[in-house]
Amino acid sequence: MKQFLVFVRKEFYHVFRDKRTLLILFGLPIMQILLFGFALTSEIKNAKIVVVDYSKDASTQKIITKIAASSYFTIEHNILSYDDMDKAFKQGKIKCAIVFPSSFNEDLKHTNKASIQIIADASDPNTARTLTNYLISIISNYQAEINANVQVPYQIQPELRMLYNPELNGSMNFIPGVIALVLMIICTTLTSVSIVKEKELGTMEILLVSPFKPLYVILSKVIPFLALSFIDLIVILLLSNYVLGVPIRGNIFLLLMESTLFIITCLSLGLLISTVTNSQQTAMLISMMGMMLPTILFTGFLFPLENMPLPLQIISNVVPSRWYYYVVKAVMLKGLGLQAVWKQTLILLGMCFFLLTVSFRNFKIRLA
Amino acid sequence: MEEKAIICKDLTKQFGDFVAVNKISFEVDSGEIFGFLGANGAGKTTAMRMLCGLSFPSSGEATVAGFNVFNQQEKIKRNIGYMSQKFSLYENLSILENIEFFGGIYGLSDRQLKEKGEELVNTLRLQKEAKKMVGELPLGWKQKLAFSVAIIHKPKIVFLDEPTGGVDPITRRQFWDLIYKAADDGITVFVTTHYMDEAEYCNRISIMVDGRIDALDTPTNLKKQFSAETMNDVFYELARGAKRSDN
Repeated sequence: MKQFLVFVRKEFYHVFRDKRTLLILFGLPIMQILLFGFALTSEIKNAKIVVVDYSKDASTQKIITKIAASSYFTIEHNILSYDDMDKAFKQGKIKCAIVFPSSFNEDLKHTNKASIQIIADASDPNTARTLTNYLISIISNYQAEINANVQVPYQIQPELRMLYNPELNGSMNFIPGVIALVLMIICTTLTSVSIVKEKELGTMEILLVSPFKPLYVILSKVIPFLALSFIDLIVILLLSNYVLGVPIRGNIFLLLMESTLFIITCLSLGLLISTVTNSQQTAMLISMMGMMLPTILFTGFLFPLENMPLPLQIISNVVPSRWYYYVVKAVMLKGLGLQAVWKQTLILLGMCFFLLTVSFRNFKIRLA
Repeated sequence: MEEKAIICKDLTKQFGDFVAVNKISFEVDSGEIFGFLGANGAGKTTAMRMLCGLSFPSSGEATVAGFNVFNQQEKIKRNIGYMSQKFSLYENLSILENIEFFGGIYGLSDRQLKEKGEELVNTLRLQKEAKKMVGELPLGWKQKLAFSVAIIHKPKIVFLDEPTGGVDPITRRQFWDLIYKAADDGITVFVTTHYMDEAEYCNRISIMVDGRIDALDTPTNLKKQFSAETMNDVFYELARGAKRSDN
């Protein structure tokens, strides 16, 4: 037991004396949270829009004022010709344009029917869709205003209720993703690199020649990172709660247990990587490129899995973070209990068990 | 009471079709400095790994410090020290921390560690550097330190795998002083080297060629046997016949 403590203490020396490790360990999660929390957002604010107004009357003016008043758009400048607008699109100066035909007011007054053209730069389809939706809702809002005194015989009034996230706080979606990503990187990369480093330096041989059992070597490598990942998890949770205002609605104990399960899964993955490579660079490359990319792509916090083609959806099933992400969302944001996530928990348990068995077996084969 | 430190009989290691170590037999007496020579790829390291309990022999028998290499590896590990050709202390730990760590995993008590640490630092005259990170030391000192750490738990046998690679002649001489001192303390030394002057320092040497041991005797007798002036000539005479080499 004492040997074990000596070993764990040595691991902590390594971590705290290596600036790069420290940076990954504590810089990365904080940076990710701040980056995703403040810099990267899928919401669109102040998109540049151009108004081509051939009509120039009271009603077009009202609509333009409404557009200008919304926080989604800034009106760039009034371009009069269609060609100028085309040029502005090509140069990427504007995202969206709205064209009022010269007969707009006439049509509205006399035929009770007028049309407006909305043009959006769909090279970024998501933005284009969002912007056109905003514009349509502004226009229908105006329509409702001019129809205020008219009794419409049939009327359907949709009542919206945004569950779990009424303020549509964008942080809610990615915090669980960032937790998964950070834990994945720390556990997998740091563990594999730290084991492979000993092989590279030749100290692994010395350890294996000592009476200290190989299994204990692995365990004492893994335990410090388990502890450190746990600290990271707490840091992320505190940051997201107090800085980004993401609530923890579910049982915190359950959340921590599930996270521990995920951490152990990632650690075993790191272990597996360390058994198949002998150089730190390879280990780094495999865990960064081989693990980080799938984690970002297939977890579902940046790109919704439901929209992916079937083969990719199937691939996403083997990415552990995908299941963990689901669990965190359910427990942390929706406040659900174990009965809602037992399936995902079982899958994670299975993965963890599988990875541990394979890596221990590999480790032993390497020794023989 | 003079028991043998290492007894090897027809020890063989096979990787698929490749016979890395081919039926080697030899004995090493307690307290002896035994030189284990051979060209690169002759099978020295493989043989040494089997004796250290790092890999299982394919066939044959061997005991190290009286324990069987097949089923008493754990006991062997308690009784041997090992230093590899790669420098193998932790660079970002201080000298004392390295001593504490390696002594610690051999189960030395805190009191023993403290005594050993002081003793070691004093004999190597590293008092001023004791708290420095090992990475800042010159290579020669690192090697001497690594050797001292390898025998910190007073093993019966210490295995040295090309311990003096890349060190200057003066440091090598000092390193051998340490080896002699260890042998005086009753530690059997099993050492591989490519330096023939070092071979002369050994009590007995064996020379491996293509996985076999082709010669085994005292340096003086070997020179007589091959009617050679120096150990260099002896080695050259034997290694010339090698079929496998790494170049």
